[in-house]
Amino acid sequence: MKTCLTAIISSLMIFSPMAYADKWSDQFPHIKATGDIPGDCSYEKMSKKNYKGKTLKINTHAIPVMGEPTALHAEQFEKLTGAKVEVTHTPAGDLYSKAMVPFQAGQAPYDVVFGFSNFINDWKRYLAPVPKKYMNSPEMKDVTKSHMGVSSWDGTMYQYPVDGDRHYLKYRKDVIDNPEMQKKYKADTGNELRVPRTWKEYAQMAKYFNDWDWDGDGEKEYGSAEVMKKDDLMFAAFFSRSVAYAKNPRTPGGFFFDLETMKPNINNPGFVEALTDWVEATKYVPPGGTNFGLGDEIGSFGGGQTLFSFSWDDAFIAAMQDDSPIKNKVGAAPLPGADKVWNRVSNSWENQYNQAPYIVWGWAVGVAKKSKVKDMAFDYLCFFSNGANHQADLAIGRFGVNPFKNSDFDPNIYINSMGWDPEIANSYTQTLLDMEKSNNRVFPLRVPGVFEFTSAVATGTSKALAGQLSPQEALDEVAKEWEAIVSRVGKKAVQDAYAVGVKMEDNKL
Amino acid sequence: MNFKHKYFFLFPGLFVLIGILIFPIIFVVRLSLSGWNSYNPGLDYIGLENYIRLFTDDPRFWESFFRLSFLSVTTVILQYVIGFALAHMVWKDIKFKRFFRVLFLVPMMTTPVIMTVIWRTFFHESLGPVNDLLSVFGVAPKWLTDPVIAKFTVIIVEVWQWTPFMFLLLLAGLLSLPKEPFLAAAIDGASPVRKFIYVTFPLMAPISIGAIIIRLIEASKIMDTVYVLTSGGPGTSTETSSFYIFIKGLREFQMGYAASMSFTYLIIMIISLTIIAKVLTKVLLKE
Repeated sequence: MKTCLTAIISSLMIFSPMAYADKWSDQFPHIKATGDIPGDCSYEKMSKKNYKGKTLKINTHAIPVMGEPTALHAEQFEKLTGAKVEVTHTPAGDLYSKAMVPFQAGQAPYDVVFGFSNFINDWKRYLAPVPKKYMNSPEMKDVTKSHMGVSSWDGTMYQYPVDGDRHYLKYRKDVIDNPEMQKKYKADTGNELRVPRTWKEYAQMAKYFNDWDWDGDGEKEYGSAEVMKKDDLMFAAFFSRSVAYAKNPRTPGGFFFDLETMKPNINNPGFVEALTDWVEATKYVPPGGTNFGLGDEIGSFGGGQTLFSFSWDDAFIAAMQDDSPIKNKVGAAPLPGADKVWNRVSNSWENQYNQAPYIVWGWAVGVAKKSKVKDMAFDYLCFFSNGANHQADLAIGRFGVNPFKNSDFDPNIYINSMGWDPEIANSYTQTLLDMEKSNNRVFPLRVPGVFEFTSAVATGTSKALAGQLSPQEALDEVAKEWEAIVSRVGKKAVQDAYAVGVKMEDNKL
Repeated sequence: MNFKHKYFFLFPGLFVLIGILIFPIIFVVRLSLSGWNSYNPGLDYIGLENYIRLFTDDPRFWESFFRLSFLSVTTVILQYVIGFALAHMVWKDIKFKRFFRVLFLVPMMTTPVIMTVIWRTFFHESLGPVNDLLSVFGVAPKWLTDPVIAKFTVIIVEVWQWTPFMFLLLLAGLLSLPKEPFLAAAIDGASPVRKFIYVTFPLMAPISIGAIIIRLIEASKIMDTVYVLTSGGPGTSTETSSFYIFIKGLREFQMGYAASMSFTYLIIMIISLTIIAKVLTKVLLKE
């Protein structure tokens, strides 16, 4: 009997997923929450590859955001396959040029290059398409339609999905859902305290909760933390504020430009209204908030300094980490909308509620066409985003890895592995899922010379935030610059590339 | 006697000179006549198009140039005054002279980018210690978010970082001065102030001109401080020429246009620094 029991227990240990998983999680504690998860690029599968004597060169972002997981998975990959992996860390602003200079010179100093998904148009001619083997893998089939689109160009995938990005609202649940606060807010302002549906409501609440100690921790809190530092991703924050006023589902054919004429929409009243709101927002950000980059925004909201924040996932994940003072006190919701939306065809405002998700560009990675170790490079990327690594990475805010697989929208992942409150986990996954399902999404601009366009937006909007120009003047300047860029690059080239993005926005791809 | 073989000895130096000085300049000039950018890599020929754009349609470049002139002249003047004062102080026989000489050099030996990150943390308006201390007096300057104050923040960091370089050059100059004029001044009973005005300062004039010109050349390339501290903001209020060229060249990848700006900037700097050197020589050496 005893022998029989031992045999049953042993066979259970061998064949059960947990026992299988433990074998790897002992060696690689990073995946201790799940163990290895079977798949084409699992730990088990990778351990059977032999890349001894081969070197993989990677250029990635600085530690921690994306740089830390790159280095961690490189170390794991080395141990499993015998390969040598050299990782170079580069500041975000230089990722583009660090790859582009050798690309244009016909060299491939790096086999794997990390960057942002909106680089795709400029980089695609230097990158190897993702091979069919990986495209057909179950892991790839799990990637959401939006992020398949973001990683691909006209049906060909050039960027291996390792991250999924979108902008959404983060708020202090312990304040917004607090009946006492709701009563006080109502008494003082006559308005309801609720998750803001519009940017105007957002501003009212942010102003009200600005510059006083509303959580009783002895420190002053503020209204909103936003990325306002020039050139530090600020243009994406501006687009997040613009979509509600300027993305009209009844006027397909281009959010950034009118696709037919390629006339910029950037200075139409919708965008101007958003910039006017943003200039107003300088009054309810923490001291120095107009110089906040993404790191400052994460630290500020994640550290409990502000009521609201919006932009990438990181601030939310940082707030929900175990060491956060506001763990399980935050909520996620769609970006606020607006009570009116600009109709660029009729040239008038439509007085009806509008909300549009912004599937913002995020981290992306590709394999150089001229790399001599493409197989190994793709294996590394496949390993990077395998089930176990991906779930473990999602739980660490500073890693910058955010949901991009359909299976990521299961709230149980966050409840069981990360200790999130079920209500928060549900609101988080539902918010992300709703964005995937929306028919009024805005995708990042992905045209040739994209940096010239976004840099012009950063310069113009930062002039408005600094009070150097009015919102209309600033955006007129941006529009003029955009026209000059279109003319330099060539109208046809920009138009053709923009058409691909418009197809996605108009739900035709 | 045939001395032609002597030219062979010149070749190594000549090759190095061509390789590291002449070739890059020629390449920049050629690049500036091309439309090289992210979507059109290659040395095509577009004539003077980039220069026409620069001179007729890019006020931002000229604004950044005038801003740079203000920042570099102000920082160099401050560095000269403070550097001279410190050098003069440790030139004398004071206690812990050696310690101070080393101490004053420390900022220059630190890595500029790292130190600027630390300064940025100091000046962080909600988390930094500077405003925390100043809050005792009820003030909280907007070090990095006010267009005017941000310029002075850049100046503070630059002066802190590079005054030691001025100090080093001026101290070397002071140590090399002949003793006799000072002995003569002492015999005549000159006060320390008169001794400084009539002996030390005139004797230091040639070294001062050299130090100021070297620092002006360096200061005119202010880039890392601006990059880390303010990214040229708020708005464009701290954007300098080199930072603007960096944005156009390596952010937006307009290599051809950035090359035309670099070459124009080089010409302007050569002309203006020559004029400044002439003026300083005339004023300080009374030639």
